[in-house]
Amino acid sequence: MKIIEAHHVDIFYGTNHVLKDINMDMKENTVTAFIGPSGCGKSTFLRTFNRMNDYIDGFRKEGEILIDGKEIYKKNVRVEELRQEVGMVFQKPNPFPKSIFENVAYGLKIRGEKSKKAIEERVEKSLKQAALWNEVKDILHKPALSLSGGQQQRLCIARTLAVKPSIILMDEPASALDPISTAKIEELIAELKESYTIVIVTHNMHQAARVSDKTAFFYLGELIEYEKTKDLFTNPKNKQTENYITGRFG
Amino acid sequence: MISRKKKERIIEGVLAFCGFTTILTTVGIIWVLLSESLSFFSDVSLFDFLTDKEWTPLFTQKHYGILPLLSGTFLTTFIAVVTAVPIGITIAIYLSEYAPKSFRRNVKPALELLAAVPTVVYGFFALTVVTPFLQTIIPGLGSFNALSAGLVMGIMIIPLVSSLSEDALFALPKSLREASYGMGATRFQTAFRVAVPAASSGIVVSVILAVARALGETMVVAIAAGQQPVLTLDPRDSVETITAYIVQVSLGDVQHGSVEYRTIFAAGMTLFVFTFALNQFSYWIKKKYQEKYE
Repeated sequence: MKIIEAHHVDIFYGTNHVLKDINMDMKENTVTAFIGPSGCGKSTFLRTFNRMNDYIDGFRKEGEILIDGKEIYKKNVRVEELRQEVGMVFQKPNPFPKSIFENVAYGLKIRGEKSKKAIEERVEKSLKQAALWNEVKDILHKPALSLSGGQQQRLCIARTLAVKPSIILMDEPASALDPISTAKIEELIAELKESYTIVIVTHNMHQAARVSDKTAFFYLGELIEYEKTKDLFTNPKNKQTENYITGRFG
Repeated sequence: MISRKKKERIIEGVLAFCGFTTILTTVGIIWVLLSESLSFFSDVSLFDFLTDKEWTPLFTQKHYGILPLLSGTFLTTFIAVVTAVPIGITIAIYLSEYAPKSFRRNVKPALELLAAVPTVVYGFFALTVVTPFLQTIIPGLGSFNALSAGLVMGIMIIPLVSSLSEDALFALPKSLREASYGMGATRFQTAFRVAVPAASSGIVVSVILAVARALGETMVVAIAAGQQPVLTLDPRDSVETITAYIVQVSLGDVQHGSVEYRTIFAAGMTLFVFTFALNQFSYWIKKKYQEKYE
């Protein structure tokens, strides 16, 4: 089933035309990777799915973006509800300067969850899903900033999972991490795919090849090629894609 | 022709001299305060100074109790801080979390302009505008009272609180707010559950500095609060603060070197102890915060 659909999407920042006539859709419980050189618009496109571009001056969108068949830029859509449905993990781990427990509980508390027991259960479950529980179960009330970078990023994933989204957007989630932490995040993505739809922006083509089912190659604001990952990397149809994945530019 | 090496040394010397000037001045001030206070306390016992409930060094019946001046100082400071802190912090939150960037760019310097108004103007504003207005609400209010002086002093230190708090909020990484918005938090939740706690130490420092500023403020209280050293906590009363007393004596015809004259050093020393302690406290909080985040 299609969970995200984009029809003729154009994005502008002021007079700057950053995305041009994008058409693509993503199926439930799949991992889609966006690749392309810096400034190609892939991060901007990712951030349209949870409307994180709304605060940028001069942002304008044309065309349709549907999630679960509903246009998310309609006036009657509550952006807070949208973002609970479409969670996001950022490039640099950005835990709140609160305890580990409070970080994961944050999303539940702002939704008005009062039951202490329900919060505790949800925190434990989310930390287990993010493969962090065993490392932090005895230090839940220590500051999140005392964790290592890789642990912090998994904490941010746990925090996102706690509000039960159906889609998780990841904006280069491993680019600030060491190889071992990166491998852990990639393993996690493979597990999370069972229950979530994941869209990941990455600069690392090996990572895209390892974790994703489908890959989209963006260049200068255009969607050049969108294929099954295996096909795109072994048999690219477009010359530009081939040049990029073989490292001839970018 | 002076050699390059020599030139460097001369420049270094000039710079070091400039640095030492401020230190020397501070040391000099403390020295004068201490020595004059000590000779004051050879005439008046420290016990009387701290416990006597009357302050009448300029009358024939002399009492040297600092308490009335302290109560006047704390009363006006309290009113000022209670006025300035909520308003200042609200402004800071609005500017950093809600206002469009262009609005912030224009309004922040305008707010800081409030701090550029000479304090004597605030004093007359209190005496000729605020007090008559308050008299229409509070019957029987005298022309000199702690309330009016405190309120105006509060207005005066709003920019201090709002500007420093806003700096603390604005210095937070953008990623912190994005994380909160990304979880579906509203602006209000992001401001009060994430941004304010994360910037709390900076906000606390701004409040402490505002308190220190209000304690040391002179002109407004000298003009609008009256010059009655009374031990009271009633904001409708006319009070005298430490600073206002020092002005009164400095400008009066008290003979230099007399005990009456030395009272201003003892009073000044008392004030210095408080503001110094507050400064140290804010420094300590700043340092603790830095350790936590680095």
